[in-house]
Amino acid sequence: MNLQVEQVDKDLVHNFKIIGEIDIYTAPKLKEHLTNLEQAEGMEVELDLSEVNYMDSTGLGVFVGFYKEVKAHNGKMVIKGLNQRLYRLFEITGLSEIMQIKEIEGGEDHASV
Amino acid sequence: MPQEAGLQYKQMLDNYLRSQGEEDLYLGQQFSRSFIEKKIAPEDVISIHKTSIEELIKDLPSEVSVSFDFLIEMMIHYGLALKEHQSLIRKQEAIQMEMDVAVKVQNTLLQTATPEVNGLDIGWISRPAKRMNGDYVYFLNETSNEVCLAVADIIGKGMSAAMHMSMVKFGMDSLRYEKRSPSHVLSFINNMIEKSISDSMFISMFYGKYDTDTATFRYSSAGHEPALFYRAAEKSFTQLESKGLLLGVQEGANYEERTVKLEKDDYIAIMTDGVSETRTEKGFIEMDVIEDLLHHVKSESAQVMVDYLFNELSRMQDYQLRDDFTLVILKKTK
Repeated sequence: MNLQVEQVDKDLVHNFKIIGEIDIYTAPKLKEHLTNLEQAEGMEVELDLSEVNYMDSTGLGVFVGFYKEVKAHNGKMVIKGLNQRLYRLFEITGLSEIMQIKEIEGGEDHASV
Repeated sequence: MPQEAGLQYKQMLDNYLRSQGEEDLYLGQQFSRSFIEKKIAPEDVISIHKTSIEELIKDLPSEVSVSFDFLIEMMIHYGLALKEHQSLIRKQEAIQMEMDVAVKVQNTLLQTATPEVNGLDIGWISRPAKRMNGDYVYFLNETSNEVCLAVADIIGKGMSAAMHMSMVKFGMDSLRYEKRSPSHVLSFINNMIEKSISDSMFISMFYGKYDTDTATFRYSSAGHEPALFYRAAEKSFTQLESKGLLLGVQEGANYEERTVKLEKDDYIAIMTDGVSETRTEKGFIEMDVIEDLLHHVKSESAQVMVDYLFNELSRMQDYQLRDDFTLVILKKTK
């Protein structure tokens, strides 16, 4: 199982495109990419998960950890491109209530405050 | 004293070259110990050999001499690789030992007993995919007419998971006689865990409380899989969803609380994602498959039901569980 992480920085927003499956084996790779990003005050990060079709709780843990870090720096983290199955995961876990999620595949935006 | 060892080695090698006898060979074998005592690395032994042989055989072909440089270089890297391999094995042993302790803790301190509750049949199963279970089930009898249960899924394994399970248990135990509602219990445990859990860890937990007097089940969920509720009169399932964030993510999180009333033969199935997210070669198993399986054994006891579901779902995965499997069924019997 492979995981690819592409980073494009545009207008002070760090964009990550994640491709593949995020599970116990690939999560450390994703974590490494995200922690390599130097945290700056008020930074913005956008994570595109439109090419991720599977994620387990270890994967979710990486996003939770990263979210805490970004929040500690008064930054903003946006997750986009979730498919229905992944969106359900964020919804059940209550994470969709605290994280900003947009552009759900085959559904309207569920942006939260 | 490598120099001294070098001289001794040269002497022994010289003796052996002349005699080629067992006795000199034996002396050489014994001498290898003093290399270890003097902390002379294998590559240095080759270097000593090279110097000795060059001195002993005056017209040694230069290729032979150079070949020792090749061997020295190789041995240096071989030594490094071997060291790394050994340290990995030691690390693995340490992890193994920690896991042993964690499993022991899980099998002793964290055990739970199925309570006897009048009019409620309780069946449950919790099986780890590997050695240690990341799922946790805990029952608590507050009074004779009330039973509380927690079904939790902890990410991570080993001591940290066992520690977090004991926090869940401690949290529930400490509120035992305070008649707290499920949402209060979750808030309490969340605030406790949030302080001590590492950043990318969390726990999902379903907490329910059944009252035999009123036959009501109050429940809250901290980011956990919704439970399934079967109404016998309507022969239909509904999902018991309740809003709430995973434990350990944010301090002060609020947990919604809901209530359902059970009639005779109604049952509630509380599970972890090892059940609801069962993955087979062909893809995910949808909830209706689980509902159909449950429906098939709905007249059996709660324990027979959970065992049946476990057997069927593990068969669909070729008996190789990909995730820990936990299922609790509460069934109203009268």
